[in-house]
Amino acid sequence: MSVYFLCFILFCVGLYCILRKRNIIKIIIGLAIIEYAVSLFFILTGYRLHGRAPIFARDQEILNMVDPLPQALVLTTIVISLVVMVIVVSLALRIYEKYGTFDITKIRRLKG
Amino acid sequence: MILLFMICASIVAVESRDLISSVIALSAVGLGLSLGFLILKAPNLAITQLVVEILCVIILIRATINKDLPLVTDGRWLFNTIATYLFILCFLFFAYRALKELPNFGAPLMRVSQEFITNGMQKTGSSNIVTAITLNFRSYDVLGEAAVFFAGIIGVLVIIRKTGKIHNSENEE
Amino acid sequence: MSLIVKTITRLTVGLILIYGIYVVLQGHISPGGGFPGGIIIALSFIHLLLAFGKDAVLRKLNQAKGVFLASLGAAVFLGIVLGGFMGRQKPLLSQDHFALFSAGRILLCDIAISVMVGTGFFVIFLALVLLNQGEED
Repeated sequence: MSVYFLCFILFCVGLYCILRKRNIIKIIIGLAIIEYAVSLFFILTGYRLHGRAPIFARDQEILNMVDPLPQALVLTTIVISLVVMVIVVSLALRIYEKYGTFDITKIRRLKG
Repeated sequence: MILLFMICASIVAVESRDLISSVIALSAVGLGLSLGFLILKAPNLAITQLVVEILCVIILIRATINKDLPLVTDGRWLFNTIATYLFILCFLFFAYRALKELPNFGAPLMRVSQEFITNGMQKTGSSNIVTAITLNFRSYDVLGEAAVFFAGIIGVLVIIRKTGKIHNSENEE
Repeated sequence: MSLIVKTITRLTVGLILIYGIYVVLQGHISPGGGFPGGIIIALSFIHLLLAFGKDAVLRKLNQAKGVFLASLGAAVFLGIVLGGFMGRQKPLLSQDHFALFSAGRILLCDIAISVMVGTGFFVIFLALVLLNQGEED
């Protein structure tokens, strides 16, 4: 139980960073922390105590394995999180090129 | 435990004034996550997370290397901070109530996965169950992920490309 | 980049590429698979680009060719998936469960995915580098 709670504290640290910081790069770092926390939470729900990795060996009979289904889902999630980070970073680069600053309170002009 | 290391590294990443130190602390969080995956017996994910972490940090450092700014905080600071802390406390309280419904840590339900484990090697012929699930039992998910990946590539190419056109039109005028 | 970086890069780039291909090919026996293998292949090209500048790499793989290769990998993967949907064949299936060619369609899917993911991430990084270079001029 306490392990789940620690994972949620990590999520809340990332959430605080997105809500309170004014620099775009800090907001992107908060987004990355939230993604790590969510992947960790999925894997934590599928862990069996004294379990083995879900890979068969040649001459062993393995009875207790951890849950392989959340691992298959999180595998694609990790790759997609990298693509999201790249898109957000390229948006931040264009904003810097146009406005000259990373501060979000100074980016208020909505031109066409 | 590794989770405490990750929380400390993430607090350093959030609060540090220098952008480069924040990115390096984020890399420490990712490394802690990869070690956590190894301890939770998921080696497929540990390799993937390590490699993705390296690429993410390279791109972030490439983006922030010349553009380091000092940070200024002012204006309505007290009200914003108190509102944020109250929101996070409410969120944690409801999360604590909801987390009690989950099965105990270390005893998953595994109704569907039992079928995958017992029949997986006969039906697919691969001994890595996670790869068999990803590419054989659930390969339409990977097809959707390839679609999202391509949308990402096209998005990045569109966002970056406009510089050439603006410079060309300015040169012609 | 300094001379030490260039010398070490010349030694290690080939090894990283071979390691990436190894992780892809034995994805159904040991941990690994298509996705991390593809990213490792992309990382080897990015290593070459970071150490030698973009001119040394652009001769081998410029942007149009990279996008074409990524689309080719995705099209091959789509063909394998749709072929399994319509027909029911299981190519390359041997009885020994731990050999290299034992898993049928999974190996072909892994190779297609690694080509797609690897060249895709390299094209993304190349686009970001070209933006930075255009900005400094």
